[in-house]
Amino acid sequence: MNAGADNAAATARGAEIAVVRRPFLARRGASVAAVVLFAGLALLPVLASVLDDPFLVVTLTRVLIFAIAVLSLDFILGYGAMVSFGHAAFLGLGAYAVAIPAAHGVEDIFIQTAIAIVVCGVFALVTGAISLRTRGVYFIMITLAFGQMAYFFMTSLSAYGGDDGITLAQRSKVLGSEILENDVAFYYVVLAALVLAYIGLRAIIQARFGRVLRGTRENATRMQAIGFSPFSYQLTAYVIAGAIAGLAGVFLANQTEFVSPAYMSWQRSGELIVMVILGGMGTLIGAVPGALAFLLLEEWLAYFSQHWKLGLGVILVLVVLFTRGGIAGFVAKYLGGARP
Amino acid sequence: MSEVLLRIEALKKSYGALAVTDDVSLDIKPGELHAIIGPNGAGKTTLINQLSGSLRSDAGTITFKGRDITGLSMVERVRLGLVRSFQITSILDGFSVLENAAMAVQARSGSSFRFFRPAATETALNDEAMKALAQVGLDDRANRRAGSLSHGEKRQLEIAIALATNAGLLLLDEPLAGTGKEESAVLVELMRSLKETHTIVLIEHDMEAVFSLADRVSVLVYGRLIATGTPEDIRNDPDVRTAYLGEEEVA
Repeated sequence: MNAGADNAAATARGAEIAVVRRPFLARRGASVAAVVLFAGLALLPVLASVLDDPFLVVTLTRVLIFAIAVLSLDFILGYGAMVSFGHAAFLGLGAYAVAIPAAHGVEDIFIQTAIAIVVCGVFALVTGAISLRTRGVYFIMITLAFGQMAYFFMTSLSAYGGDDGITLAQRSKVLGSEILENDVAFYYVVLAALVLAYIGLRAIIQARFGRVLRGTRENATRMQAIGFSPFSYQLTAYVIAGAIAGLAGVFLANQTEFVSPAYMSWQRSGELIVMVILGGMGTLIGAVPGALAFLLLEEWLAYFSQHWKLGLGVILVLVVLFTRGGIAGFVAKYLGGARP
Repeated sequence: MSEVLLRIEALKKSYGALAVTDDVSLDIKPGELHAIIGPNGAGKTTLINQLSGSLRSDAGTITFKGRDITGLSMVERVRLGLVRSFQITSILDGFSVLENAAMAVQARSGSSFRFFRPAATETALNDEAMKALAQVGLDDRANRRAGSLSHGEKRQLEIAIALATNAGLLLLDEPLAGTGKEESAVLVELMRSLKETHTIVLIEHDMEAVFSLADRVSVLVYGRLIATGTPEDIRNDPDVRTAYLGEEEVA
């Protein structure tokens, strides 16, 4: 009882102090973290060449690709309270937007990316318009259903490998050049896309649009009572997130040079949600540590045991119980910053 | 005709066999503070939900500024200037006090499909929001987190948000709910000053407040309006005394 009251009082005091003084890190904590993180990532290939470990760049490219997808999911999940359990579908559709045109000789990454964004945007528009008629657990179920529909559609599309998937002859070309074959160049392209997506989504969150989205997350009825219809804002956010995840899919196809329906399975959607939670929901920047921690743990734990998911489960429970706000929340708390 | 701002005609709402709003007809005149009172379970909040558009009516019509709004959604009614507050405080706890009000200004000033400029730096929105906060006496709390306000201040903010929408008619659902004596005195004074500028439909339990503020009072009992008149008329109405005030005296 007493401890609870003390805690409440401490929280109230904390809130007041945060308003009165607002130290630099509290105001700019998220931006500082982002700059440090992205600068570190930009220097990574240098480190890799010093350590003579080219595989480091390959591993981190994969992490950054997933971070883009996780970023887009955090945008709708963390700021829009839309728990999409079919987000991997966009990743898969983006990947097929590379593989299918490539099978017909269209290998330019700009054309493939445009196709990915249009296809994912339209898929998000249609499925979102239907899913957003529901709330809570029904929303989760219906997005899961749409994700599975996309999965089974690609599975049955035997012209493009069906269940077995399809191997790319080579990576996409950039205006005829084969620069993406260079792992370091590809790494920087992915990093640049991640930084742009982060800056763009961060701006949207702060802008009028994002404010409506955040307000709806807290109290949809209140938003209606002052004259906002949440639906069109949520749907727009859903489409933006779908398009960005599609972009991640384009990169994923290029990295592995192989595309299969497994990319869009519901397990993959679940993993994306886990990465959001692990990194810190509603922080955007948490997407990078979330994807990093998940993918490295996956490799590390798999090295110990084939039952690695058990270990992952334990770690996830600990993170949720003890960090409150994932890795980003943990860092914010112990380095003096506040939640972004 | 022009002497009526909100006309309610033969409004009905039932849940199964239970008529919660039973053939209610009422005219609200521009500039008046019209209180609706009634014992618990009389259907006051149901009525306000029907008027604000969060609940569909089974029958009857609602006319606002000469326009039939019966089929309009809550959002459309808000755009016409018919705005409600909530009995259960429903502010955005995680936002600053200023942002709570600025959000309501934003809703009526241009498109919110803007993706780049930080909304918090839009001085036009913030200035209007500050005006609404000043009206309720919360301007010195503008940068606080809304969730950290006292209960009474939250009730004030609730009203400031309604003001920030530029409403022509305020539907206030028990603004004094859960407030202490001092807090409620502040809110009563606030409503007294709002009376000068706004038409108000007030649902309230606090009889003292109602009789000191209202120009006219309507009494709702089991979904039916049994009387409408000046506070003096209502005090002396025999039906009201037996049905409602009598109950309190017995208690």
